[in-house]
Amino acid sequence: MAVDVRDTARAPETPFWLDARYRAIMFQVILLVLVVGFAGYIFYNTYQNLQRRGIASGFDFLGSTAGFDIIMHLVPYAASESFGRALLVGLLNTLAVAAIGIVLATILGFVVGVARLSRNWLISRIASIYIEVIRNIPLLLQIIFWYQVLGKSTPGPRQSIDIGGLFFINNRGLYMPAPVTEPGFWLTPVAFAAGVVATIVMHRWARARQMATGQQFPVLWTALGLIFGLPILVLLVTGMPFHWDYPKLQGFNFSGGMVLIPEFISLTFALVIYTGAFIGENVRAGIMAVNHGQTEASYALGLRPGPTLRLVVIPQAMRVIIPPLTSQYLNLTKNSSLATAIGYPDLVAVFAGTVLNQTGQAVECIAITMGVYLFLSLTTSVFMNWFNRRVALKER
Amino acid sequence: MTTATETHQQKADLPPPAATVGIVGWLRENLFGSVPSTILTLLAAYILYLVVPPLVSWSIINATWTGADSNACKLADGARKDGACWIYIQAWIGGYMYGLYPYDLRWRIDIAAVLAVVMFAPLAIKRLPYKDLYGIAVILLYPVVAYFMFKGFIDFAPGAPGSTDHPWRVVQTDKWGGLALTLLIASVGIIASLPLGVLLALGRRSTMPIVSTFSVLFIELWRGVPLITVLFMSSVMLPLFLPEGVNFDKLLRALIGVTLFSAAYMAEVIRGGLQAIPKGQYEAAMALGLNYPRMMALIVLPQALRYVIPNIVNTFIGLFKDTTLVAIIGMFDLLGAIQLGNADPKWLGFSIEGYAFAAVLYFVFCYGMSRYSQHLERKLHTGHKKR
Amino acid sequence: MKKLSVIAAGAALIAFAAGDAQAQATLDAIKKRGQVICGVSQSLPGFANPDAQGNWAGFDVDMCRAISAAIFGDAKRVKFVPTTAKERFTALQSGEVDLLARNTTWTMSRDVQLGFDFAGINFYDGQGFMAKKSLGVKSALELKGATVCTQTGTTTEQNLADFFRSNKMEYKVVAMEKNDEVLAAYDSGRCDVFTTDRSGLAADRTKLKVPNDHVILPEVISKEPLGPLSRHGDNNWNDIIRWSFFAMLNAEELGVDSKNVDEMKKSANPEIKRLLGVEGDFGKMLNLDNAWAYNIIKLVGNYGETYEKNVGPNTPIGLSRGVNALWSKGGLQYAPPIR
Repeated sequence: MAVDVRDTARAPETPFWLDARYRAIMFQVILLVLVVGFAGYIFYNTYQNLQRRGIASGFDFLGSTAGFDIIMHLVPYAASESFGRALLVGLLNTLAVAAIGIVLATILGFVVGVARLSRNWLISRIASIYIEVIRNIPLLLQIIFWYQVLGKSTPGPRQSIDIGGLFFINNRGLYMPAPVTEPGFWLTPVAFAAGVVATIVMHRWARARQMATGQQFPVLWTALGLIFGLPILVLLVTGMPFHWDYPKLQGFNFSGGMVLIPEFISLTFALVIYTGAFIGENVRAGIMAVNHGQTEASYALGLRPGPTLRLVVIPQAMRVIIPPLTSQYLNLTKNSSLATAIGYPDLVAVFAGTVLNQTGQAVECIAITMGVYLFLSLTTSVFMNWFNRRVALKER
Repeated sequence: MTTATETHQQKADLPPPAATVGIVGWLRENLFGSVPSTILTLLAAYILYLVVPPLVSWSIINATWTGADSNACKLADGARKDGACWIYIQAWIGGYMYGLYPYDLRWRIDIAAVLAVVMFAPLAIKRLPYKDLYGIAVILLYPVVAYFMFKGFIDFAPGAPGSTDHPWRVVQTDKWGGLALTLLIASVGIIASLPLGVLLALGRRSTMPIVSTFSVLFIELWRGVPLITVLFMSSVMLPLFLPEGVNFDKLLRALIGVTLFSAAYMAEVIRGGLQAIPKGQYEAAMALGLNYPRMMALIVLPQALRYVIPNIVNTFIGLFKDTTLVAIIGMFDLLGAIQLGNADPKWLGFSIEGYAFAAVLYFVFCYGMSRYSQHLERKLHTGHKKR
Repeated sequence: MKKLSVIAAGAALIAFAAGDAQAQATLDAIKKRGQVICGVSQSLPGFANPDAQGNWAGFDVDMCRAISAAIFGDAKRVKFVPTTAKERFTALQSGEVDLLARNTTWTMSRDVQLGFDFAGINFYDGQGFMAKKSLGVKSALELKGATVCTQTGTTTEQNLADFFRSNKMEYKVVAMEKNDEVLAAYDSGRCDVFTTDRSGLAADRTKLKVPNDHVILPEVISKEPLGPLSRHGDNNWNDIIRWSFFAMLNAEELGVDSKNVDEMKKSANPEIKRLLGVEGDFGKMLNLDNAWAYNIIKLVGNYGETYEKNVGPNTPIGLSRGVNALWSKGGLQYAPPIR
């Protein structure tokens, strides 16, 4: 395909099939036709197959009665509820694992990333062994492994490990007291929200004042006071409008209180351990990317190692860390779908599993499941990109 | 004055303070440098003390290494002993390696493995003539060879003579399993997803709007959903998408799912490499009169791929680990074979050993790949990196 | 030359798709292929269970073999596809298997909404509970507050909810996808009780670490008519499955079994003559050979034989005939006559 460049330059009467612009258009038209044709072909086949086999289609099934129970539900749910409700339960269970997992994995990752760069030989060695081992073993295997270990190392309900009569650990999960609210409790969360808002305002004011006058303000202690002190104060003033519901051994199992089921614990644990190792590597790379001169300059200005890390190194490292951190968060959310291997009722297990099987409407169920994950991924990406831009703006 | 001069003799250096050299110095420098450091060291040592001795005693000291059946791992009253039961692994090792592959034909898989070593070994020679050509030829040829070793040549009608004992009879893909299947899925996925990823990455950076739109859609769609839903779709729903009566192999369907999924990730890695190539390279290539394919193949891609080799290998490692998910859709890869063994009535209650063994095997492969990528990175380091 | 990925993927699919022919009646497809593809349970001793060499055995497996014998005169032309409870319906809908013979309960929604046709009830079953003896539970009505292990996506899961709801008892359900996983969870103490069809309980009990530590509770909480099923719309194929089953039942009723079938060919009884293809063209009606039923009985056996061989009192499963006895012996198994 030797297109003679001099030729095209000299002769405007080049045949159109040799003109790059026409070829680009032709190529795209062909691609479009193929893709659209392929999609149409798939759609037509599916439609035909469903028709011929008399399989019901459409999304009406979301309203019909589910008829099965789910062990963990964050919103009220019973077998008499609809399939749509079951979808919500599964989605919330996925989000619960993802949210808790992301927070814990981030903390673990930062600790491990910093530990790996520690001058302490033992600490950095342990951190790097942890990272290498965990990153190189499939997550699914780890989830199943921890679930088995948890199942084998915990006693039956009647031999529960009793911690102060409040917490009980057995092979049905971790039981703990649950607060039951009474009228008037609503003031406490309101006070908490007010504390958070006040803290943000106070933080801005303190910074402005420091910029203007150089005076520092004890932001941390005031913030703690506002966020935790205020709600506690309100709680006391309103006369403690809640009581604790303690777990009690009744018949086979404990009843009352709250329970974290072993499936939830082992799934979250495995996800945190696994993702934490990856985040640790990202954090390390981020810190390494900050020029050592920055640290030295900071020391020269008289900052101690702690503030140096916090005020100089981490803010610059964050710019490097955030993009890979985003994909780790997305991975954790998607990886939570491996729950189905140990019977944790997440979105995939409940909706692409049980509901699909009860209704037989595979196309709809899989499409909804994929759509939900796609939506979660895209929203997380958009949010993290926004955050990334905010952090990056500080570059001067 | 006498001529005898007193030459000034420098005295030997005093040894450094005892506390800064030798073991003591090392310890002070690395473990007990400051009060916080000392506390951390002690804490870490305590954690190690909690973890390591029980692990060693379970896996080695108290473990059962020899015996005929599961009774060797049990006490007289039927309860299991404290240590690991490694004879379970010995009993099932064949199952782990070959899955449900017919017992009398396992030598075919062994030959495929030996062939892999023989065919790929010359690539380790530094100055092999035509090394690139040979490499490409092997990568294209070996899968064909391996396929026929796994599958066999002669497809007997069911019930015909030879259908159960001929050495080259066809073994259907549902019988393939174990580590052999894991390696097969991983290598096919790796070989197929790289070129697909290159195409998608080029597509995403293309100036043609339709091409780039489709590429972006494709990449984001696959990256946005969990692999398990992709596998489930490919394993049970694909036949619904095809005309009635048309169907193809379950393994092939899983392979397509894994490959497309990993190609989307690969595309993003390669795009990173493409973005790192300075514009001057493109302009220089065009100034030389190279057309688009040649510019990409001869100038841009070689640099871009080299730049992202560590990330490519990381994607490969991810794909290798992701092959375990086929166990969820009912295929007996290494993890599936382990679970098959765990359900064996003769060996109930030893699942931890099975999973631990699988973890070690996966670790060996993944760690090996990651070390190799670090080696490549050093070897190919051509000064792109700002240090 | 550029960015062909999507096209490449599409072209590959179309190329594969073009390889096979257009829509065909199931029987023609099977004859052309030389094999019946039969969806069975993954591992349920007595019903469908592969041995170490991958040879399948069991009650459901024999149903598939009977159909193969009816079509090919050879009971071995079956490819067994193990399916999970979750995959089974999509596998049948999508044409991956020709029929399911897999402990599947006949329900109205499955028959009507999912687009299937059930060919008969080859095993009358009901859901029950298994508990550890050490719990000291005598009845399912004492299970208030219990944690129950079950397989997800089954009628079992729904019956369980109904049972506890109607008896106003609280419970927790641990639902997993594969039967082996559910059983392992129960065995490790994650649950107090394990529930499935009673035939399955008997089979699964043999797979526990110490089978005698577990007891099957007396209550039967549901009707579970189990039988083979095929896709809706191919009546000839469904008839073949149905009448293969009825032929086995009729054979037992007429006293024809795999040992005496050759002598019975000479029998003067017109019913036996029709069954064994000596008289009439009943095989031709099904587009099969007239010796179809003879082949089933000769190669696989009659209903009673397969029952005794796989799940009967002399097997580890140890199920007595009970309601699955012939109607003439006080059971429910009743086949329409071949006439």
